[in-house]
Amino acid sequence: MSGKSPLHTPLPHDSGELHVTGTARYVDDIPVPSDCLHLAFGLSHEARGVITRADLSPVRNSPGVKLVMKATDLPHANDVSAAAHDEPLLAMGEVFYHGQPIFLVAADSHIAARKAVRKAKITIDPRPAILSIDDALAADSRFEGGPVIWENGDATNAINGAPHRIEGAIEMGGQEHFYLEGQAALALPQENGDMLVHSSTQHPTEIQHKVAEALGKPMHAVRVEIRRMGGGFGGKESQGNALAVACAVAAAHTGRPCKMRYDRDDDMIITGKRHDFRIAYRAGYDDDGRLYGVDFTQYARCGWAADLSLPVTDRAMLHADNAYHVPVMRITSHRLKTNTTSATAYRGFGGPQGMLGIERVMDHIAHDLGLDPAELRRRNFYAAPLDGGKKTQRTHYNQSVKDFELHGMLADLKKSADYIGRMQAVADWNAENEVLKKGLAFSPLKFGISFTLSHLNQAGALVHIYQDGSVHLNHGGTEMGQGLNQKVAQVAASIFGLQVENIRITATDTAKVPNTSATAASSGSDLNGMAVKAACTRLTGRLVRFLSGHWGVKPVEVSFGDGQVYGGPNSMPFSEASNLAYQARISLSATGFYRTPKLSWDRIRGRGRPFFYFAYGAAITEVVIDTLTGENRILRADILHDAGSSLNPALDIGQIEGAYVQGAGWLTMEELVWNDQGRLLTHAPSTYKIPACSDRPDIFNVALWPGENRADTIYRSKAVGEPPFMLGISAFLALSDAVAACGDDYPALDAPATPERILAAVKRMRA
Amino acid sequence: MGDEIGNAVEDFMDITFLLNGETVTLNDVDPTRSVLDWLRESRGLKGTKEGCNEGDCGACTIILLPEAGDEKGASAVNACITMLAQLHRRAIRTIEGIANPDASLHPVQDAMVEHHGSQCGFCTPGIVNSLVAAQLRGDDDFDDVLAGNLCRCTGYAPVIRAAHAVAYAGDPVLLADRPDELPAPALPFMPETSDELADWVMANPHATLVAGATDISLWLTKGLRDLHGVGFLGGCRDLQHIVAGDDGLRIGAGVTISQLRAGLGPRHPHFAAMLRRFASQQIRSAATIGGNIANGSPIGDTPPPLIALGARLHLRRGDAHRVIRLEDYFIEYGRQDLQAGEFIEAVTIPNQPDRLKVYKVSKRFDQDISAVLGAFNIEVNDGIVKSVRIAFGGMAAVPKRSSEVEKSLIGQKWTRETVNNTLPVFARDFTPLSDMRASAAYRLEVAQNMLVRFWLEDQGEVISVREVSA
Repeated sequence: MSGKSPLHTPLPHDSGELHVTGTARYVDDIPVPSDCLHLAFGLSHEARGVITRADLSPVRNSPGVKLVMKATDLPHANDVSAAAHDEPLLAMGEVFYHGQPIFLVAADSHIAARKAVRKAKITIDPRPAILSIDDALAADSRFEGGPVIWENGDATNAINGAPHRIEGAIEMGGQEHFYLEGQAALALPQENGDMLVHSSTQHPTEIQHKVAEALGKPMHAVRVEIRRMGGGFGGKESQGNALAVACAVAAAHTGRPCKMRYDRDDDMIITGKRHDFRIAYRAGYDDDGRLYGVDFTQYARCGWAADLSLPVTDRAMLHADNAYHVPVMRITSHRLKTNTTSATAYRGFGGPQGMLGIERVMDHIAHDLGLDPAELRRRNFYAAPLDGGKKTQRTHYNQSVKDFELHGMLADLKKSADYIGRMQAVADWNAENEVLKKGLAFSPLKFGISFTLSHLNQAGALVHIYQDGSVHLNHGGTEMGQGLNQKVAQVAASIFGLQVENIRITATDTAKVPNTSATAASSGSDLNGMAVKAACTRLTGRLVRFLSGHWGVKPVEVSFGDGQVYGGPNSMPFSEASNLAYQARISLSATGFYRTPKLSWDRIRGRGRPFFYFAYGAAITEVVIDTLTGENRILRADILHDAGSSLNPALDIGQIEGAYVQGAGWLTMEELVWNDQGRLLTHAPSTYKIPACSDRPDIFNVALWPGENRADTIYRSKAVGEPPFMLGISAFLALSDAVAACGDDYPALDAPATPERILAAVKRMRA
Repeated sequence: MGDEIGNAVEDFMDITFLLNGETVTLNDVDPTRSVLDWLRESRGLKGTKEGCNEGDCGACTIILLPEAGDEKGASAVNACITMLAQLHRRAIRTIEGIANPDASLHPVQDAMVEHHGSQCGFCTPGIVNSLVAAQLRGDDDFDDVLAGNLCRCTGYAPVIRAAHAVAYAGDPVLLADRPDELPAPALPFMPETSDELADWVMANPHATLVAGATDISLWLTKGLRDLHGVGFLGGCRDLQHIVAGDDGLRIGAGVTISQLRAGLGPRHPHFAAMLRRFASQQIRSAATIGGNIANGSPIGDTPPPLIALGARLHLRRGDAHRVIRLEDYFIEYGRQDLQAGEFIEAVTIPNQPDRLKVYKVSKRFDQDISAVLGAFNIEVNDGIVKSVRIAFGGMAAVPKRSSEVEKSLIGQKWTRETVNNTLPVFARDFTPLSDMRASAAYRLEVAQNMLVRFWLEDQGEVISVREVSA
């Protein structure tokens, strides 16, 4: 046991060896008792209507079926919503989207359950379905009564008084999460009516809560465990509720273990996705491109139930400025209720949509004035903080921006990516080539870190030291691939002077750490790292007190490192110290707790400090398009991203590379298509295309900005889960730049920029 | 074997294969059960993951080892759309069976850990297996190797770094698996020659014939159908050859797309290059040209170029053989010129100088179904179009020749003006559909622009986004 502190080192993912050997266990891999039942949902085949007849006898008679349940068969709460109590597990007489679960089946096998549900004879009297943004506006179908409006001054006056004005609109599609592991849950009945639930979830406490409600039990009767997910991306923040509740209810009813996993098509049809948006804008600016004011109208298609749409659409408003100081801004946010699957959390949580709105405005202005878009953006950046952060500019929601890093980041990135030289090279290429056009674009990002529902910014941890000196680590965060457990283990190991091999990371468990928040909002390591640090520090405090007495040295002389404990002239291995402490009857178990300080946020007025700090990033992307077909390719991406003083640079770079490709996928090839009956047509990877290996940039340079978080976070690191997703916007802007080379107008490209949309834009330009 | 022929088709089989070096014999199993379900549910091997259950994500990728004397080497296949019967007398390795004999990690596994190639880890066993299979083949075109393995976490960059780090580590241990020494043919029956097959199909005229199962498996995994009386073609070795003869290149119906790609390379390189984009390695090493034709799909990628090359289809019914033009096989959507008891034996591409260009347009470059696929075979002599065969997929209810466009070009001067004058004619040949892949208008425009592209390329311009770098 020796070596330096594992903090800030590029250790591999803690489960790396388990992953590559196929021994990492996911919910569907857990061995189950032989009497386990397997569940499937019967789904609505209409987008909206009244169920007039439901003959489930063929389902009951299907081979292997043991149980069929409708809404009226549920013993207690019929609700799997995140908060609004508007999302029944099983439809109650009416259906509100194509794919809504109407009944559930438990059978001897997964395939038997799937076959059985298709035998139902359900008649639905269709009602007019509200499918699109325009349908919803026409019908005034919305959440929260009317639009939410935030305004910090008179935007109309500011825009009208500016020397130049533009207006326009951009449509941006939703996005399927396509976590490789589909939704899954397993419920195991315990004595006394208790329930143990394994759920592939980012939010075990919510699973516990919803299962308890559905069983009519207090939360203490339900224990939820999750070792890891095969990807989450927000899609397992609330979308696992239905499976867990269904399994628990069926398990309670039959007394047998119940497992449910969605077939991929069912998963894509049933579960929510990223919100698609239309953002209309008006902006006023001067000859240099400096903004006077911007007026945004954001239209979000939220689907049939509230789910997390309220905070998602709030975050879209909160990121309508991105990295720019907009002196006066008005944002009108329409949260539209439609008969489509309920849109949900997805990496960035509305931030990407809000940000794409202002990036469109920047691009449009640069085109209008004939200015370099990167320079135009720089001119509108928030000011770098002066006088040690005392003089700052404020966002449209009145938070002062004290940590603005982008001036330096842009300068560095422009240099390392040879932005100026390549702008010229692209222009030269485009002058010489009629069919293939290149585009180059820069996009910055500033992303607010903290849950905007302030009370969620808390976390707990539980740490045990056993008498042999091995450490058991538990916290409220969940592992979905991001390496949270490794980062948190690095924190614990560094405090105990150990290596991560001495720390056993254990499954997230509501019986170990209660009342957890979802692992979401990029908050995992910020919150849980701090909670673990608090627990570990309590334990080292007890060890210090004990050992200083044992050795007769001052407490300040006791330290931990290299697997040893030191005190004056004395030292002993950590294991021996643990054993001695145990024999001296010192408690070697501690909880830790953390709540993010300094937050105050009034979401109704849109004023306050919702974020503890901001994370920053910058990207330059070069693309080529084929103007005969709209086919395109990312040739090069250069990224400089701010992860503060990174806890683990390798894991952080992994997040950045993956997020960029996912973000570019959102805006290029990933297209959700519904037909005019509200049926999702792209419900499998055969028709919904996420980026494949060859879609990553040919040249892909990713670097971390060398700096530390100015806010007091866990070892001055910054959250990294969501922010780099928005670097993918640079790919979209580069495509727009390439289209712009085909004529004089502004391309006004919509997203996703599929080959078809690009070709249509090229045609408009050349018309 | 003969006495089984003509009996009622059995729904259960005895199957023998090698799993991770161990002989497995299954008696009375449903031969259509997916290998993935069997591995996970019956064998308890949970390292092979179900991501999509339709062969598009690669999480269930396993390694199919080569047969004796097989030059093409190991291949990666999707366990979710491989039927148990297809394993008969073959050897497979799953993620549990690729570590070194001393249980230390395979070099690919080591590299994936060291280069941070896994995040959530769910796609990882499939990626590892694809890379190990590639290594056994000596294949280092990793974009192609991994086109059938979706990863949502990493953006692929670290996976590629890992792949390059171990490109040629080699691994003789896995290749030592000797399935050809396994005893016993499958019971009750699996044909081993086309003659046996011909008799069997005559006796069971309504049976479903399964070659690679990459399409038919979806009837089970997604359609949830029960298949009875399936004939498995994998044993018919005499259908798996490509033979060059005086009348052309005869391609047996059982030739896989991978074999086809290799076999066409020297003659029709552009056709072969397009096949690089036919689904993924996993699919191509199982799917056959016979299957791609037989299913009659309007968006199959081999019929348009074959039609443009004037290919002939060899059909067999008992001892009766007939040869038809490939384009005549496709009568209308869902209906082909195939009689009861008849099956596709081969397709022949007439010998000819290579002029073929094939263009495929889809939302994603790799592993996507064509929105439009166009194949152009145009002969120009002294500036005049002497012969022309153009065929499209995705433009009609069947793979279709563009007869009006051909008429408009034939005998004309080969100029941009002729090309431009021909563009409006496309609408006379085609009224494509709108669907989730593309609109009708886009399809028509892209088809027209493919002719423009052909002309431009003929003038020596390089105009593929694939040929450009930053």
